[in-house]
Amino acid sequence: MTRVRLVQLAHARSGDKGDSANIGVVAYDETLYPLLVEQVSAERVKEHFGTWVTGPVTRYELPNLCALNFVLRGALDGGGTVSLRTDAQGKVLSAALLRMEIEVPDDVAARTAGWGRVPEGWTPEES
Amino acid sequence: MAERDVVRLGGGQGFWGDDLDAPVRMVEGGPLDYLMLDYLAEVTMSILRKLRNRDPSAGYARDFVTLMERIWPTCVERSVRVIANAGGINPRGCADALEDVGREVGVAGKARIGLVRGDDLIPHLEELLDAGHDMAHLETGAPLSSIVDRVRSANAYLGAGPVVEALRQGADVVVTGRVADPALAAAPLIHEHDWAMDDHDRMAAAVLAGHVVECGAQSTGGNCMAEWWSIPRLDIAGFPVVEVEPSGAFTVTKHPGSGGRVDRASVSEQIVYEIGDPRRVITPDVVADFTTIRLTDQGGDRVRLEGIRGAPPTDSYKVSVAYAAGWTAAGTLLYTWPDALQKARAADVVLRRRFDRLGLRLDAVHTELVGWNAGHGPLAGDPPTDAPEVQLRVAVRSTHRASVERFSREMAPLVLTGPPSVTGYAGGRARVQEIMAYWPALIPKKAVDPHVRVEVRLV
Repeated sequence: MTRVRLVQLAHARSGDKGDSANIGVVAYDETLYPLLVEQVSAERVKEHFGTWVTGPVTRYELPNLCALNFVLRGALDGGGTVSLRTDAQGKVLSAALLRMEIEVPDDVAARTAGWGRVPEGWTPEES
Repeated sequence: MAERDVVRLGGGQGFWGDDLDAPVRMVEGGPLDYLMLDYLAEVTMSILRKLRNRDPSAGYARDFVTLMERIWPTCVERSVRVIANAGGINPRGCADALEDVGREVGVAGKARIGLVRGDDLIPHLEELLDAGHDMAHLETGAPLSSIVDRVRSANAYLGAGPVVEALRQGADVVVTGRVADPALAAAPLIHEHDWAMDDHDRMAAAVLAGHVVECGAQSTGGNCMAEWWSIPRLDIAGFPVVEVEPSGAFTVTKHPGSGGRVDRASVSEQIVYEIGDPRRVITPDVVADFTTIRLTDQGGDRVRLEGIRGAPPTDSYKVSVAYAAGWTAAGTLLYTWPDALQKARAADVVLRRRFDRLGLRLDAVHTELVGWNAGHGPLAGDPPTDAPEVQLRVAVRSTHRASVERFSREMAPLVLTGPPSVTGYAGGRARVQEIMAYWPALIPKKAVDPHVRVEVRLV
């Protein structure tokens, strides 16, 4: 087994509703989804965010999209208009979650090496 | 399937402040039957209320009227109908301004404006509270009466029904106040396909189509993490177009030649955006089950969505209340190498000691070091070693306005009295702003529906 960051296995998007945020996490392919289901539990996500999220975390599964949805309460220092954070609407909580490390079989780690990160030598004019 | 069986609906504006030219590209860049434009975020209504207090003819999204001046003749020529929640807290004022513009750009006699009102609860607020609708806060359970003297706006999220009614009466441009975003987009599908409002699976399909288009380019490659570096030409991003079939199955795509990307990743990220329990996505018209969606990436910027199931809607509308909740300000300073991070931290200590000595009544003080921990907070890990620069950002809030005013004058002195190699105070004093807090609640539909009005007029 190898420890890899979630950014290598999934992409994500987050948004706000009052003082709650949700993070939708989508596996890059269906073979990776069971690894997320197994290891990215609500408890682990709660622990990952530490003091940054004050309320409970709930997890929902969308196997049809190879996706998990996390609802984080007390995630925004009071919510969009009250929060003093630059990220008052939780837009980058998605990227923060992808910092999490999980254990994957060595062949999966090898196959997905570098996924989620800009390739070496890339320049902005390319797109 | 014959061409005419497909309704093409586009989302041209994900929020007030989105790409001004996107709706023009949507109307001119390819086939389209309906253009949906979303202007209202949670906090927008209270800002519009403030504007209308100063000028009774204001209180709606002026940008929409300016936009229609550009695209209306093309819309008439190509039979593109437009639906927008640009009416804010003054849909009638918006429709009046639109009518004037319509005459100026030569669509008089050729276009009808539909107007949907009744979402604004401010005119009936006392009556509703007296009738026992306590509009308790959905998270805390506190009754609205506890803050009623500070309420600045209160709007129910209406469903698709009144918009469908405006279309049935022949409206070409429908202006609304607060209508649930996906319902705004669902209405033309219900109208064109003649779907019954109690056909829950098709209502769910309509709501999903609305959810996919309501945030503009977020479903066509914008703000998409999956290989973002290879998503082409976001300067001319194609905004989403859904081609909806009578069965409710639809294909997400974008106009030919436009930038961006429509694929499994871009569409999936939008489907899971701002939802709670995916099995119970509650909207005014249906409770949709997002775990029943079947997604097929067909390649060529085409993603097919089908199979979604729905359950009967609840008997409540969601209400969004904005209320005054104190004052806030934020200031920044830039510290540079050497020891940028240490200097910024030292400046923060100086600042906080001054707050104490001045006896400022601040309810919260939040410090960020931009370049290290502003985005991810404690998750950012160890500080960068020997950072070339770091921006100190300090934000405060308080119910005591004078303390926030005084805070706004405390950052600048650090340029001369704090740690060295500091710059970036060209912007002047931190601006003090009133906080409009958000109060989510529910209200029975039967308490709101009698106030809902639909009018259609010829320009």
